Amino acid sequence: MTRMYKEAKALKTSFAGAVLMTTWAGLAHAVQDLPGGPAVNQLNLHPAVTKIAESQAWLHWFMLIICAIIFVLVFSVMFYSIWKHRKSVGHKAADFHESLTVEVVWTAIPFLIVIGMALPATKVIIAMKDTTNADVTIKVTGMQWRWGYDYLRGEGEGIGFISALDRAQRELSNEGGPKSGADVVDYLLKVDKPLVVPVGRKVRIITTSNDVIHSWAVPSFGVHQDAIPGFVRDTWFMAEKVGDYYGQCAKICGKEHAYMPIHVKVLSSGDYTAWVEGEKKKMAALADDPSKVWALAELVKRGEKVYAANCAACHLPSGKGQAAIKPLDGSPIVLDADHGKQIETVLKGRNVMPSWKALSDTDIAAVITYTKNNWSNKTGQLVQPAEITQARK
Amino acid sequence: MSAVLDHPSVHGHHSHAGHDAHHAPTGWRRWVYATNHKDIGTLYLLFSLTMLMLGGVLALLIRAELFQPGLQFVNPELFNQLTTMHGLIMVFGAIMPAFVGFANWMIPIQIGASDMAFARMNNFSFWLLIPAGVMLVATFFMPGGAPSGGWTIYAPLTLQMGPSMDVAIFGLHILGASSIMGSINIIVTILNMRAPGMPLMKMPMFCWTWLITAFLLIAVMPVLAGAITMTLTDRHFGTSFFNPAGGGDPVLFQHIFWFFGHPEVYIMILPAFGIISQIVPAFARKKLFGYTSMVYATSSIAVLSFIVWGHHMFTTGFPVAGQLFFMYATMLIAVPTAVKIFNWIATMWRGSMTFETPMLFAVGFIFVFTMGGFTGLICAMAPVDIQIQDTYYVVAHFHYVLVAGSLYAMFAGYYYWSPKWTGVMYSETRGKIHFWWSLISFNVTFFPMHFLGLAGMPRRYADYPMQFADFNAVASVGAFFFGFAQLYFVLFVVIPAMRGKGQPAPQRPWEGAEGLEWEIPSPAPFHTFETPPKLDASATKIVA
Repeated sequence: MTRMYKEAKALKTSFAGAVLMTTWAGLAHAVQDLPGGPAVNQLNLHPAVTKIAESQAWLHWFMLIICAIIFVLVFSVMFYSIWKHRKSVGHKAADFHESLTVEVVWTAIPFLIVIGMALPATKVIIAMKDTTNADVTIKVTGMQWRWGYDYLRGEGEGIGFISALDRAQRELSNEGGPKSGADVVDYLLKVDKPLVVPVGRKVRIITTSNDVIHSWAVPSFGVHQDAIPGFVRDTWFMAEKVGDYYGQCAKICGKEHAYMPIHVKVLSSGDYTAWVEGEKKKMAALADDPSKVWALAELVKRGEKVYAANCAACHLPSGKGQAAIKPLDGSPIVLDADHGKQIETVLKGRNVMPSWKALSDTDIAAVITYTKNNWSNKTGQLVQPAEITQARK
Repeated sequence: MSAVLDHPSVHGHHSHAGHDAHHAPTGWRRWVYATNHKDIGTLYLLFSLTMLMLGGVLALLIRAELFQPGLQFVNPELFNQLTTMHGLIMVFGAIMPAFVGFANWMIPIQIGASDMAFARMNNFSFWLLIPAGVMLVATFFMPGGAPSGGWTIYAPLTLQMGPSMDVAIFGLHILGASSIMGSINIIVTILNMRAPGMPLMKMPMFCWTWLITAFLLIAVMPVLAGAITMTLTDRHFGTSFFNPAGGGDPVLFQHIFWFFGHPEVYIMILPAFGIISQIVPAFARKKLFGYTSMVYATSSIAVLSFIVWGHHMFTTGFPVAGQLFFMYATMLIAVPTAVKIFNWIATMWRGSMTFETPMLFAVGFIFVFTMGGFTGLICAMAPVDIQIQDTYYVVAHFHYVLVAGSLYAMFAGYYYWSPKWTGVMYSETRGKIHFWWSLISFNVTFFPMHFLGLAGMPRRYADYPMQFADFNAVASVGAFFFGFAQLYFVLFVVIPAMRGKGQPAPQRPWEGAEGLEWEIPSPAPFHTFETPPKLDASATKIVA
């Protein structure tokens, strides 16, 4: 098994080299490989970082080689026939058109080959589905269009945060992408806060979703699990190498589908412990008291950040909206002295707008206050976190 | 204008003298009131050609956007609309109606029947396509734009769509009704109207594959109708079949959709197998090898197609048993498919082959479709599929089987039968240009997508990391060449033929072609086989 894999790897390297040298040299974008993410003109699966990904890569080569051999055999027969049995070279048509023996033989052979292919896959499937005895359990929540990570069990229990695409990169995309010659090596893969896991320990991932189906996929780990609203599913990985690994949402989930990357940082045991401690301290410091009464300027300032991170993608920084997305600037709901309607919209969603109930009470209060006091909306109204707490009940 | 469009005044030697003054309507009435299978076949083919061009324009917009990283031409919302509508239009507007067009034209003359069994229903099933097609295209101009949840219209994303989703659902319902009527017509025609002396097991392969396809259609179109109706009631009438907020199950939608969707992919390829099975023997000047096993292979593919839907859902989180079952069942389909490929090659073996355009497309089909078959086998393997599901690998796979498969077979069928339809020969040079141009640009477009998929580029992405840039650029260039090749086909092959330009076609333009369609003049007279013909023992020739 291993030998075959190595040979295949060597074959891949030389093929990749040849292709790179001849065909692609000199095409516009000068960009480097991203370790743990895609390589430039990568021809095969990502280098495996887990046992499962390794078996998948092996199975892929195994299949590819068998298929290639059959392909060459079958089509050499066809092309030989095309070459020799042409009318233009004077070949006369034979008259045979039936043979039970031949039919039985060439039904049986593919059948046996298929069985031979499926058997090694069976073992891998069973291993892939074994999510028992995990060291760390993390809940991954897909939401339009960010990932929520909650450490449920094991070292780091209690940590929770949201991970979204770097905003500058999202804007770069709107501007037509990285300029020619610019080397944005992690374009569309950079997140504000990566998922952090320890090396060499079994991490169980539980997926679910707040809105539509997303899919949490990290090719280097051989992990790809749909995140389905209303249901939980699980998968697992045990990363064998410290490093940064990247993936992208793999199930169409609406407008920003291309903009919800996954970044997993694998740390050594010691680094991971240190990270967990740091995180816990930060959480304690950051914890908002939802009963705190805020001043307008303070809340608007916080709301601006929340808006930029969550709302600007659709409603635009100008608050003008676009196509089906309603403008906030001058919106009667936003201007309304009754806060209820806007709070309800944010909590429950409206038409194409998803629910934002995953945000904290303080964040929601801040962003609503911000929209009520920005652009041409100068209402002077202040929405306190307590109102949100009340509305959630 | 032409043989195809002229009012029929030619009468074949089979028509009765007394029928000379038939009262077929002329002008627009001929088409709107059409009950003649040949006219309806022409309408179907023209409709699907139009939709093919429309769907192609959407594909080129997608490829233009993906030429470089970054958003240049469309915003992500419109991009999703383009991918969704490209899929829906190509599947339901182009490929399915095109095969029904072939069936309408060829089945009655291949089995020696005077027309389809239900001529008026035939008219209705065609004319339903027009409002449905208009609705699908019109969704682009509705508030919020066209549906943008992918052609698989997975819930609960569809519950977020604007009003265009309802219009698309209505359009799909109508298309489904049309397909069911078409299928009933084909089944009844084949089972009841074969000329005496043509038992089922002597029937041309194209009729066999369509008979099986028609049963598949009747079985699964109502399933699709169920799925989209439930989506509709979830959207508007407060039900929660798929809406998790009300206790519904989004995965249930996928089960129902793919219970329809997997047989659907065989609906789109079995008639193609039929066309290839007619063309290869004709140009090898040798009978089809293993006719009986071809029939059995086609039937087993059809039966298996009902128990493999789960392979579209390996990442939803099936239990071990589910993954194993669907993996094994799916891989089994390789067996009958391999038998078909072997039979075609055995038919070519020691034949006396010539390579006119139909044969080129047929050989191109076998060669390129097989690549799609192999990638299908790789996708079927659940652990590998975990890596490549919803990536460009899958996009490459299904375009290898749908474009190089279904579409190439239709081109082969067009070049093979158009002399019979139009009465003129196409230009062999132009046919060859079309073939080589399509073959090369197709592979330039879709082959790099395998690499993109293996490297993890997800499908339905409006923008992508820069490492994927070069292969995307190559694919986009290829796509435009492929698009122009089809424009060339329409402008320089189809339109001249419709206008009657070209060498007059003999009754049997292909030396080795067998079957009743070559026993009638070219172009085929308006009415054929008004009295059942007397057939020879092989059921391929008329005996006086």
